[in-house]
Amino acid sequence: MRIGTTVNGQAHEHDVEPRLLLVQYLREVVGLTGTKIGCDTSSCGACTMLVDGESVKSCTMLAAQADGSEITTIEGLANGDELHPVQAAFHDQHGLQCGFCTAGMVMATVSLLDEIPRPTERDVRLGLEGNLCRCTGYHNIVQAVLAAAGTNR
Amino acid sequence: MIPAPFDYVRAGSADEAVAALAEHGDDAKLLAGGMSLLPLMKLRLATPTVLIDVGRVRELSYVRDAGDHLAVGALTRHRDLETSDVLATHCAPLRTVASEVGDNQVRHRGTIGGSVAHGDPASDLPALLLALDATFVVRGPGGERTLAAADFFHGFLETALEPDELLTEIRVPKPGGTGFAYEKFQRRAQDWAIVGAMAVRNGDTRVALVNMGGTPLRALAVEEALAGGASVEQAAEHAAEGTEPPGDINATPEYREHLARVLVRRALEAASA
Repeated sequence: MRIGTTVNGQAHEHDVEPRLLLVQYLREVVGLTGTKIGCDTSSCGACTMLVDGESVKSCTMLAAQADGSEITTIEGLANGDELHPVQAAFHDQHGLQCGFCTAGMVMATVSLLDEIPRPTERDVRLGLEGNLCRCTGYHNIVQAVLAAAGTNR
Repeated sequence: MIPAPFDYVRAGSADEAVAALAEHGDDAKLLAGGMSLLPLMKLRLATPTVLIDVGRVRELSYVRDAGDHLAVGALTRHRDLETSDVLATHCAPLRTVASEVGDNQVRHRGTIGGSVAHGDPASDLPALLLALDATFVVRGPGGERTLAAADFFHGFLETALEPDELLTEIRVPKPGGTGFAYEKFQRRAQDWAIVGAMAVRNGDTRVALVNMGGTPLRALAVEEALAGGASVEQAAEHAAEGTEPPGDINATPEYREHLARVLVRRALEAASA
């Protein structure tokens, strides 16, 4: 089937199999591999991206369901060499260890801060419950989100 | 993991979805948010040959004050429920339980109708709808019919929905709960409930259980004990009566029975506070 998407501001049209997952579409068809496949069972959140501005787990969505949508991946956040504020905060606060969950954490954070611009630490921990860090580096991740929101005192 | 091949049909309206179901019959499945169906298809535990995507049927996404009840479109997303002003005024429990489903990403996609139609006893919303005496409106080739929540859930992933029917609306009588609490026991915040217990006060007290059998359940023995004057502590001892909880990697049936008694007590205490 033919689908059209806008990925990080750029229009795409592709023929895809209906069973193609959104994450595969981005990684293998569009060629953006910043989004990671972790658990592949919608538990870990590594594949989180924005569809029409809201976070989704792209391993549990068909590319066909995203037909006509605006998609933002980790590659679409920075403005040239200038990091997005959430990326900069993860960098400044060392909000990562091995880095595998980071793209998903950052995208989930962008969506969370859109919904709750001034979150408490509890808001952040609840808001990121769908993203797992196997290094268990949550402390700095939470600090990074609070720093990005300017609510880290 | 990749689902088995299927044909994809996108329905633009509820009537189109019903027509597509009539055309494709038993081989077709409706796809709403896909938060339950797609994982099953990726594991090849479900292999429909036709998927009818109703995710864009906007006419079925709403929360309306309909006088003596609230009308909730089947394709209303959990996110829209947890932020609904109408629910804040008239049915706070539905808002609260919607906010307990999965995680933000799941709530951005998943729908109340998808959760109900999927019929998973570990789901949060069906137990609440049972406790609130909700009714479900379904549409098939012969027209609409209305089913009580108490008659809807038949067994694990089995409901009263016929293969050619579409769930269109959930109706919740007012008032949707004056005191309420949901106690959900899980290992990770985003997980399904290992056991869940909710208490709703609407004059009388209703108690519902999540994941204590093949369907969502009312803890009727607890309700009867309360109506007979038992204390919360005494009543909660009846929480597992009449249940046949599953045993799995997370818990034995005996442990689930213990959890039910503890969680029902906590829910009753919190709902009364």
